[in-house]
Amino acid sequence: MQPGLYHILFLSTALFFIGVYGFLTRRNLITMLMSIELILNSVNLNFIAFNKYLWPNQMDGLFFTLFIIAIAAAEAAVAIAIIINLYRSHNSIDVENAEDLKY
Amino acid sequence: MPNVTAIALIPLLPLAGFLLLGLFGRKYFKNSSGIIGTMLLLASTVLALYTAYEYFFVYGKVAGVYEKFVALQLTWLEFSPGVSIDMGLIIDPISVMMLVVVTFISLMVHIYSLGYLKGEERFPTYYSYLGLFTFSMLGLVLASNIFQIYIFWELVGVSSFLLIGYYYDKPSAVAACKKAFIVTRFADLGFLIGILILSFSGGTLDFATLIERLTSPESNEFKTAAASTFLGASALTWGAALVFIGGAGKSAMFPLHIWLPDAMEGPTPVSALIHAATMVVAGVYLVARLFPIFSVAVPGVLEIIGWVGAVSAIIAAIIACTQTDIKRVLAYSTMSQIGFMMFALGVSNYGGEAGLGYTASMFHLFTHAMFKALLFLGAGAVIHYVHSNDMKDMGGLRKFLPITHITFLIACLAIAGVPPFAGFFSKEEILLAAFHNNMAIYWIALITSGITAFYMFRLYFNIFWNKELPSSAKATKGKEGGFAMMMPLVLLAVGAAAAGFIPFGEYVSSDGKALHAHFDLSFSIAPVALGLIGILTAFWLYKKQNDKPTKLATSLGGIYKTVYNKFYIDEIYLFITKKVLFNLIGRPAAWFDKNIVDGLMNLIGNVTEKISEGIKKVQSGKVQQYAIYFLGGVIVLAVLFIYIWK
Amino acid sequence: MKGSDIIFYLLATLCVVFALLSVTTRQIFRAAIYLLFTLIGIAGIYFWLQYEFIAAVQIVVYVGGIVVLIIFSIFLTQQTGEQLPKQKLDRKIFAALAVFAGFALTMVQIYQHTFFETDEMAITPTVENIGKKMLAVDSGGYALPFEVISILLLAALIGCIVIALRTKTESK
Repeated sequence: MQPGLYHILFLSTALFFIGVYGFLTRRNLITMLMSIELILNSVNLNFIAFNKYLWPNQMDGLFFTLFIIAIAAAEAAVAIAIIINLYRSHNSIDVENAEDLKY
Repeated sequence: MPNVTAIALIPLLPLAGFLLLGLFGRKYFKNSSGIIGTMLLLASTVLALYTAYEYFFVYGKVAGVYEKFVALQLTWLEFSPGVSIDMGLIIDPISVMMLVVVTFISLMVHIYSLGYLKGEERFPTYYSYLGLFTFSMLGLVLASNIFQIYIFWELVGVSSFLLIGYYYDKPSAVAACKKAFIVTRFADLGFLIGILILSFSGGTLDFATLIERLTSPESNEFKTAAASTFLGASALTWGAALVFIGGAGKSAMFPLHIWLPDAMEGPTPVSALIHAATMVVAGVYLVARLFPIFSVAVPGVLEIIGWVGAVSAIIAAIIACTQTDIKRVLAYSTMSQIGFMMFALGVSNYGGEAGLGYTASMFHLFTHAMFKALLFLGAGAVIHYVHSNDMKDMGGLRKFLPITHITFLIACLAIAGVPPFAGFFSKEEILLAAFHNNMAIYWIALITSGITAFYMFRLYFNIFWNKELPSSAKATKGKEGGFAMMMPLVLLAVGAAAAGFIPFGEYVSSDGKALHAHFDLSFSIAPVALGLIGILTAFWLYKKQNDKPTKLATSLGGIYKTVYNKFYIDEIYLFITKKVLFNLIGRPAAWFDKNIVDGLMNLIGNVTEKISEGIKKVQSGKVQQYAIYFLGGVIVLAVLFIYIWK
Repeated sequence: MKGSDIIFYLLATLCVVFALLSVTTRQIFRAAIYLLFTLIGIAGIYFWLQYEFIAAVQIVVYVGGIVVLIIFSIFLTQQTGEQLPKQKLDRKIFAALAVFAGFALTMVQIYQHTFFETDEMAITPTVENIGKKMLAVDSGGYALPFEVISILLLAALIGCIVIALRTKTESK
């Protein structure tokens, strides 16, 4: 069957929830970051799909995607910096060890 | 119209003394507080005498009656348009008389204490307490409103507590002041309930209006109050009886008298002021103030008052014969004499000749204040010299304390009813009133007068004659007390000697009209004879040291022991409170309070703590857990909003 | 079945499979590589959608930048050969349940919704059009977000350096 909007939306939703599962389950901070990148990518796919199938006369979706890619890059960089800092103080990047805000 | 400012100043000057010496005495007025207190009270006394002069002589009678004024009326707390607690000053014959008595005796005590308590560490505190007491007592006699009298009643109780417990490091003094306060407070519960009943029936708290409404049989209030009954007695009877209970507590009537002997733990001038001349007569004053209600509306209660007074008089007289502590003898004597005043009111009717008991009671109050204060101050001089309260440490003191001896003798003769001293005249009138109204009470009174003479002279002979001063006694062997101590004795002796000649009936009577007492000399023979027999018996037993008293005591055996232990009434009270009240009511109440009330609070606290312990685990510090909660919440909300709440 | 359909299904399956592998594998380096393949798959889908520019940006920035950054950080912080610790079972089940619920909910909503397409003339997303739109200052222009993004990137740059700076006390 001809892949249309629904198929791409299916794909992007699947990727989104796989990313969420990864974020909730992984014990390592870097793998959590990878899951976040997955989530962001699924969102990008969503925007592009809507742009192409629903509003081809505008390019808003495209620009959103572009900016999200840029922001995701910046965010990944900052996240890595934080992870490195955390590694220096706790000597581990297991997220279970970062429970300093416990009651 | 007497000068309102002058009258208002009379209680306010001692109050100023209390505040000044209480707040600043210890720092600034350590040595001069006595002088300050005495000066303020001297001013009060002068004003009181001036007011009396103005009221009785200058203003005089209007239509043959001394008018009652309310000199000042300030509405303080208004419950409803008719019922409000006012602060007012009432001026009528008995209040003016009481003004004179209270200020004069208080002045004598102030002057006496300058010598008695010289060198005392807490000198300013003592004078400030005396000022507080004088203020409260004056407020009580000037009260125009039944609630105002209650307020000052309690204030007097507090001052008495403070003064009895003045030597607060003596455990016996502490126990005594607590006992006094608790017993009178317990009686005041009855007083309060009585006030509530009376004011509810009368619809007002003001004395004049209350009396007017509750004594005229046609008024609505009287009809409703007399008609509604509870346990067989009308509401009015209950109200009046409960008010009398309050008065009986303060005046140490049987069986609420247990505090008075213990109250002798206070300094002797305090005993002279409070427990002889002024505070203990507050109950008599209250009955006199409400006398129209008692005599016209509820004569049954008046009869009870008479009997209570008579019984108190004779029991106290009997106990006084066995006591060896001189202050205790005087305390029981006070109780007996107040019994006289009380039953004098009890046998009186209202108006004209039949109101003789009222006049007699007030007259006896006046003269009793003089000679009883004199007796106490004299006893104080003796104690000051011998440093002991007990009779066995005294004897033959007539050589060392001449002035004390003469004045004490005058007082004893007065109280024994020997003419021409003051006690004779007032007792005669009381006996006459009893004779005309209630023969049983008359005989009791007659016997009591005889016993009075006996025990007073037993006291006199044991102190001033009997034996030579034992060598083991801790006497100072110095001089008699100084001028400050002797002057009040002399002044009071003059009063005790001369006061009998005042024609009291001219000034004070139940309805305000002049009462001319008929003096029947033949009537006086019986009491005077009995008095002389009492004196001679005491002379025979006690003038020289011998063993007749001890032989008499052993021959009476068990009876003597019972009387010596004050009829075991204190023990009965202790039994009731400790075994019955504490165990049956106190302990369960304490258990309930500790386990159930506190337990409930603790339970609430514990439950809250457990819940919070459970909840706090939600904040685990783990980001992924938070994310799961977040996701779950979003999904639930989404389902809710999409499917359920469209 | 046209060729483009087959390509799409292939690419989509690739994406999903590699994503699943990325979030479940216990070796961290492999997770990074699987992520890399997922991102390449997504770039492929962009190509299939005929948005070549975005596909190129995706490869350049994501694959060539971010995944490399991740790999470097893996090297910096731990032994890449060791296995990651296992997660508790109940956490995995809860997460799976929540995720399935969310997925089902979303898919139901999407399938029930009718999407309306617009009738207007389509603009092809060529680089020229993108460039014109990017720097246009009239309505519909993206000059402002462009400038803001550049400031954001500057801030991120400085921020990363500051956060990851080794201070004197830490240089033990």
